[in-house]
Amino acid sequence: MTVVEPTVIPGAQTEARETLVEVRDLRVAYGDVVAVDGVNLSIAAGEILGLAGESGCGKTTIANTVMQVLRPPAEIVGGSILFRGDDLVGRKPEELRKYRWRNVSMVFQSAMNALNPVMRVGDQFVDMMRAHEHISKDDALARAGELLDLVGIDRRRTRAYAHELSGGMRQRVIIAMALALNPELVIMDEPTTALDVVVQREILQQIKDLQEQLGFAVLFITHDLSLLFEVAHRIAIMYAGEVVEEAPAAELRNAPRHPYTSGLVSSFPPLRGPIERMTGIPGSPPDLASPPAGCRFHPRCPNCVPEESELHRLQTTVRPVLRNVGPSHRVACHLVEQQR
Amino acid sequence: MRWFARRCLFYVFAIWVALTLNFLLPRLMPGDPAGGVLARLSPSQIQANPGIIQTYRALLGGGNKSVWQDYIAYLHRLTHFNLGISTSNYPAPVSEVIGRTLPYSIALVGVAVLLAFIIGTGIGMIAAWKRGGTVDTVFVPALMGLGAFPAFFTALLCVYFFGLKLGWFPIQHAYASGLVPGFNWAFVASALRHGELPVLVIMAAFTGGWVLNMRTVMINTISEDYVAMAQAKGLKDRRVMTRYAGRNAILPPLNGFAAQFAGAVGGLVFVEYVFSYPGAGLTLQQAALGNDYPLTQGLLLVFAFAVIVANFAMDMLNFLLDPRVRAS
Ligand SMILES: Nc1ncnc2c1ncn2[C@@H]1O[C@H](COP(=O)(O)OP(=O)(O)O)[C@@H](O)[C@H]1O
Ligand code: SF4
Ligand SMILES: [Mg+2]
Repeated sequence: MTVVEPTVIPGAQTEARETLVEVRDLRVAYGDVVAVDGVNLSIAAGEILGLAGESGCGKTTIANTVMQVLRPPAEIVGGSILFRGDDLVGRKPEELRKYRWRNVSMVFQSAMNALNPVMRVGDQFVDMMRAHEHISKDDALARAGELLDLVGIDRRRTRAYAHELSGGMRQRVIIAMALALNPELVIMDEPTTALDVVVQREILQQIKDLQEQLGFAVLFITHDLSLLFEVAHRIAIMYAGEVVEEAPAAELRNAPRHPYTSGLVSSFPPLRGPIERMTGIPGSPPDLASPPAGCRFHPRCPNCVPEESELHRLQTTVRPVLRNVGPSHRVACHLVEQQR
Repeated sequence: MRWFARRCLFYVFAIWVALTLNFLLPRLMPGDPAGGVLARLSPSQIQANPGIIQTYRALLGGGNKSVWQDYIAYLHRLTHFNLGISTSNYPAPVSEVIGRTLPYSIALVGVAVLLAFIIGTGIGMIAAWKRGGTVDTVFVPALMGLGAFPAFFTALLCVYFFGLKLGWFPIQHAYASGLVPGFNWAFVASALRHGELPVLVIMAAFTGGWVLNMRTVMINTISEDYVAMAQAKGLKDRRVMTRYAGRNAILPPLNGFAAQFAGAVGGLVFVEYVFSYPGAGLTLQQAALGNDYPLTQGLLLVFAFAVIVANFAMDMLNFLLDPRVRAS
């Protein structure tokens, strides 16, 4: 069950933009573990969609699926991934190879290790460009230099090896690489997690600037919700392989509807401003090999109490589906009906 | 550059240790090796070679000079490649016997170990890349099984089946009798043909080890982020396998290359013996049996040298292939 509707980006623009990527009812399994269990997501051209959730909830798996670089034992067991309306599932390997990086590129989770240690940075640009277009090595190197310029790195660094660059520089190199073919979507999986706070800020600012300048869409993945409030237009919250809430960034921060989102919002101090006491969420995410029946969050949910017997029965037996609670705000929680 | 200097120093030290051990060994043997050597020469032979007694006393000990004087004389002679005269090949000097037999062994071991390395790492790489595929399930166990037999045993089996029964390969000597060694096609072709089976036997002993080693490292390398990123960049599968995964995975096994080479040199004696291959290994065996101390000593020295040179070559290769080593 998916509602196909143009995604509306909140803020200055009010016109509907073309849907770039649409994930429909996606299920991805690692053997018996269903890591992504029925996820619907859509990303519009030019928007920054944030994807947040505790570690292990399936964010990277979604990134790898959209990028089409899932490896065994990971396997798509259901649903589809539409890029500009065409399903990627079942396409020929050669078509997928060309799709990668040209249409969607990716900044990896631990970008510290994403550069080949025995190959010069410039050659890693060249390799990628020549996999997609006819270009001489010299021209490709010159363009690599320009791209390094773009992210504020001396263009002579095309001759450097990864170990000669600092963590922040490596990350910028990879961002430059991700932009090389002007992709419509750049997936950023925890792009700043391995960096110290100052560098983290700089890189985040740079991503925002480049996005405004070049207009690509971003799927920004992090376990740190406060980062998303800084960059994202829209945010989706994941829990145990499902999307549990999805809303425009400001709305999600100011009026979260899912108890898990509320917990996340209060557990992170804002990036700017005073550090408040964190509330946090007691407990830990379930084992995905045998997720709890009903609402997967119910063992940790403060609103799940046996006294409310009717609601409690629902919470522990019926899996809540995403329902609209606003024009572009959706929540998967039984509480929504109660509060009407 | 510091790294380079340190390595060079290390190898100079290793060579010195080899030379000195070689000097001490005959002196630690029971009896009087030099006396034994001299006893095998007739008085006229001794007369025809003035200074031969001192040469052997310096090489093998047992004279009335002090050990230190012997040691100095020994080092001095070595700088002139003077290793004495081979008693079993009288009157050929040891250096000449080695010069005649060593090239065959170098060719045999060099080709076999290099091929084993290339084929083994190649198969290991593909097996890991396509886990559970044909290469992984057929070639890997087959080569591992072959490697489990001692080279001596495989050599005998090969001689029996492929040589005697099937007649596919010549089973003796380094070239057909009647040919004169030289750079002419008849000789080279015959030498290549005679080298085939021994090379295969040495390869059989060593390829499996490379396969296993490379496969293990490669499996770990495949899960590295730079391999995932290479794939995400839309590179062709083969390029990701070779330039990203394989290129990195080969570095750790490479460090074991020199050790393998040393093992191959050891196994050489048996293989050459089975094939009556006139190389340094067979010569060593005969020299030891015939109590030809000067030749034995000279050959052991040459083998030690070869292993050190192989180590050095691997170090240099590592230096070329890994920019992180260059940086440190
Ligand atoms: N290589 C793998 N093999 C088996 N299971 C995996 C593997 N990678 C991830 N998983 C499973 O998928 C779940 C989601 O992982 P992942 O997508 O990496 O989460 P996230 O990026 O949100 O931290 C994990 O909890 C784990 O159970
Ligand atoms: S459905 Fe119930 S248990 Fe689940 S999150 Fe909502 S209130 Fe909590
Ligand atoms: Mg992750």
